[in-house]
Amino acid sequence: MPGIKIELLIPEMFLFAWALFLFLYDLGAKRKNSQSLGYLAMFGVAVTAVLLSLFHGGMVFGTMFQSDQLALFFKVIFLGAAFMAVGASFDIASEKIHNHRGEYYGLILLSTVGMMFLSSASELLMLYIGLELTTIPLYVLVAYFKDDRLSVESGMKYLIVGAFSSAILLYGLSILYGLTGTTDIVLMKINLSLVFLANGKIGPGLILAIVMVIAGIGFKLALVPFHMWAPDVYQGAPTPITGFLSVGSKAAGVVAFARIFVNGLIGFATDVMAPLDWGIIVAVLASAAMILGNITALRQKNIKRMLAYSSIAQIGYLMIGMVAATDRGISAVSYYMFIYLFANMGAFTIATIFNDKTGSDGIISYAGLSKSSPGFAACMTVFLLSLAGIPPLGGFVAKYLVFASGIQAGYTWLVILALLTAVVSLYYYANVIKMMYFSSESPSYKIKPPIPAQIVLFIGVAGVVIFGLFPQPILNLAAEAAKVFAF
Amino acid sequence: MSYYLLLIPLFPLLGFLINGLLLGKLNKKIVSIVACGAVGLSFLWGLKLFFNLLALPADSRIIEEIAFTWIPSGEFNVNVGFLFDPLSAVMVLVVSGVGFLIHLYSIGYMHDDSGYGRYFTYLNLFIFSMLTLVLANNYLLMFVGWEGVGLCSYLLIGFWFEKQTAADAGKKAFIVNRIGDFGFLLGLFIIFWSTGSLNFITVFDKAPQVFAMGAGLITAATLLLFLGATGKSAQIPLYVWLPDAMEGPTPVSALIHAATMVTAGVYMIARSHVLFLMAPTTLMVVAIVGVATALFAATIALTQNDIKRVLAYSTISQLGYMFVACGVAAFSAGIFHLMTHAFFKALLFLGAGSVIHSLSGQQDMRFMGGLKRHMPTTFWTFLVATLAIAGIPGLSGFFSKDEILWKSFSSDYGSIWIWAIGLFTAMLTAFYMFRLLFLTFYGGERMDHHAKEHLHESPKIMTVPLTILGVLAIVGGYIGIPHILGGGNNFEKFLEPVMGNVQHGGEEAMVMASSGQNGGTELMLMGISVVLILASIYLAYVLYVKNIALAGKIRQSLSGLHKILYGKYYVDELYGAVIIRPLIGLSLFLWKIVDVILIDGLLNGLATIIGDISKIMRPVQSGLLRRYTTVFLLGVVLILGYFVFR
Repeated sequence: MPGIKIELLIPEMFLFAWALFLFLYDLGAKRKNSQSLGYLAMFGVAVTAVLLSLFHGGMVFGTMFQSDQLALFFKVIFLGAAFMAVGASFDIASEKIHNHRGEYYGLILLSTVGMMFLSSASELLMLYIGLELTTIPLYVLVAYFKDDRLSVESGMKYLIVGAFSSAILLYGLSILYGLTGTTDIVLMKINLSLVFLANGKIGPGLILAIVMVIAGIGFKLALVPFHMWAPDVYQGAPTPITGFLSVGSKAAGVVAFARIFVNGLIGFATDVMAPLDWGIIVAVLASAAMILGNITALRQKNIKRMLAYSSIAQIGYLMIGMVAATDRGISAVSYYMFIYLFANMGAFTIATIFNDKTGSDGIISYAGLSKSSPGFAACMTVFLLSLAGIPPLGGFVAKYLVFASGIQAGYTWLVILALLTAVVSLYYYANVIKMMYFSSESPSYKIKPPIPAQIVLFIGVAGVVIFGLFPQPILNLAAEAAKVFAF
Repeated sequence: MSYYLLLIPLFPLLGFLINGLLLGKLNKKIVSIVACGAVGLSFLWGLKLFFNLLALPADSRIIEEIAFTWIPSGEFNVNVGFLFDPLSAVMVLVVSGVGFLIHLYSIGYMHDDSGYGRYFTYLNLFIFSMLTLVLANNYLLMFVGWEGVGLCSYLLIGFWFEKQTAADAGKKAFIVNRIGDFGFLLGLFIIFWSTGSLNFITVFDKAPQVFAMGAGLITAATLLLFLGATGKSAQIPLYVWLPDAMEGPTPVSALIHAATMVTAGVYMIARSHVLFLMAPTTLMVVAIVGVATALFAATIALTQNDIKRVLAYSTISQLGYMFVACGVAAFSAGIFHLMTHAFFKALLFLGAGSVIHSLSGQQDMRFMGGLKRHMPTTFWTFLVATLAIAGIPGLSGFFSKDEILWKSFSSDYGSIWIWAIGLFTAMLTAFYMFRLLFLTFYGGERMDHHAKEHLHESPKIMTVPLTILGVLAIVGGYIGIPHILGGGNNFEKFLEPVMGNVQHGGEEAMVMASSGQNGGTELMLMGISVVLILASIYLAYVLYVKNIALAGKIRQSLSGLHKILYGKYYVDELYGAVIIRPLIGLSLFLWKIVDVILIDGLLNGLATIIGDISKIMRPVQSGLLRRYTTVFLLGVVLILGYFVFR
């Protein structure tokens, strides 16, 4: 077979091996030395990124593993999320996790390997395995604080809802297989059109498949109404893991959704194929996510819950690009996810460090932060403003592009709704900024993040600012990624 | 070939970043080298590009470069692009050149200030914003620079923010400018809405097709742009911020409130002349506002005692001249005066700064006098600038001012009345400027004993820029000597590719001048103005040097008029009573009634409703796992139901 280019798997294999190495290293290393594990994990992620830049472009195992531009783009996001999550974890690792630090870092890397496989999957089985590989380490990570009731509880919830949704997804995928006789997404697309041409219609089984796959991936995306687990889990999990969940795991869901729907089921995106179209359903779910996420976030007092609802709303915005189902939509989605990586990981890193120092996640505890720790507060302000979509930060460009693609595709009502809810969102983002800057309180503590966390914050701010001012290089890559699907 | 226009604003931006990020970590020497070097490099690069431009044939002297596209999306691209043509070339050289001299001067003037690093950081940011403004190839980027300039002026006017008046002045400048900016922005909306673009070249190409000559829409758009210009360039009714802005350090006054920032409005109108020419009504408004401001500010300047305040009102008055030029469609005359004014007004402010520096902060002319002996360089350069602004033949101000007066008389858009008021204002200008000169440098030394011992000439770093500006104030006008005096009016010719041959000067005037018909009139008007100006200088000499008692007597006999002028027509008080007090009342109403009762009530009601909803929802988001899975399943069923029943 000419197509076996096994070297394309080197990045994944290396990261996998590195995770195992971390397990072993932890066994051998002295307990006191908690820092070196973290640095090793960051190093491993960085090396994987370098390997990725060397080995990409092509297919392995027939067409099962696609190392294309879309996969590459999202793999960079996963690695970025892992890098930042590890960087934010140093204090937690040394203070709260007394045993099994190696496993903590190792599991983050293993989950990342799962995401990388998922993003390369052009075939349903591969996709499902990738999804499981991603999620199973996360179950453990969410419940990592064994003494913390909330953490254990949220891990349990995540596991059960996750298993539930995973089963539903598998049903959906098997129906798709039953309808088309193939698990290859491109073949599936062809077979569906052949069936349609032969019979003039497609059986109602497709509806069932569409709904179940939406529900299954909707769980990963925390798309309303499959979002119920998110606030509890986000609150209970160790904060860097929450960040990783909200960026890495979501990005994995985004790419899976794009592969199945925007590639495989592209013919059913618009109401040409009514009543078998998925576009309108996703649009309605997206608007529900924007409304519910933003309005519920208004009343949150815990920063992690607030960010949880905010990320539900953000997925709502992002799905506009998805329902547009055009190359512009997909490149906007990719860029959106890329910026979201910096802003959201940054915000969660801030929440982590703040909690390490003060033991609190209450928004009210942020009062007067700008006086004691001006640089720290400024970073948070940049992240929140980007999430709110204020120019010239990356979040603005991202929203603009997604909205533009939505309007181009005829979803004007959805974009108007998005704009209205975005105005609402400004309130809760600005509320934190107001707390930090315009409060008469002056806290006695001074926050000085550890070096790795400083690096993470620097990357976050730089990403949001630089790629907001000069989005062109990223946009070019995102456009390349969108070209993977032949529209 | 690429001209790297980006470099011009980039240097000050780098200076700003270096000094700003390392604030407090660099010593003064490095700070000043970075800051001055950045502006100096901008000037040199601008100069190089200027010669590149000259090497091109006159018709193709337009360089447009897109630095990068910010957001590309479909048909509407937001570009960061630069336009270098004769007009922006002049502006770049004036801004960076005069700016550089003022940077140098500031090294001496601000030497003992504790905010040295902060000062130069702001100054670099200001130059960056101004260069962006004049180099932008589209209105949006121009607006970015426009706002940046406004922000910097706020920061620099309120530089000594521990002083309440300075902080207030900063705020006043910012708020008044915001009013103008609002107009500008609305004007931009109309332009974008009509032409579908904000790029200068595209807009001016399309304008004749989408706007009807003199129609309401173009008139509204240009009037709104002009409102923006009145804010930035301190014209009636938005001039009130500029006199107060003298609270900032004196070099800042020279930079922002004489040479560069206030010229932004004039530049913007000259840049948009294609649009303004399509709206004769607007042009008339511009000319009338300009000439009224010129006269109004000049009368106030007659009575002020604060040396910087006199200069501030004189700036407003001179800006009025520039608007007159724009209003009579003599745009290049306006830019010409803008340039010469930048030279002599920067010189006047820096000279005044040198005086204030020597008197340890004293700004009241009643406590000056006799400084001629103590500060020779300052005196001689100041004298040159005074002669220039008064319009004495042979100095730069004469050529530019006379050009404006002649155009306001001869242009199709002009009138004898505008000319007459302009001429009268020129007399007033000569009078109050020589009053200032005589009170400061001649007569007895009226400062207290302590200050008298301190009198000294300023250090070299301050006097060298003065001397250079002095030379420029003399020779700066020679590039625009009118045909009637045997010159070629090269300046106008240079700007012609931008301005076109719109003004009635141009070739036609040259023909007329040679045929001797109109030439006679021009020469006669010139003669009249020179004679009247000399007369008013003599009057100032009599009143403030020879017979000082007489000045006091006149002041007493005209005490009513003097009081009004000294009180600046009580415009600030009027605005206070008519606009600010009602606004405060309105905002109190909005706060107490609308906000607290209506909106808060509504929001609280809404919040209660949301609270109630969440009360209903709470059992769902209960933390109970089986509810979560139930909702999950319910979601699936509902969506399926939708498919089945639609």
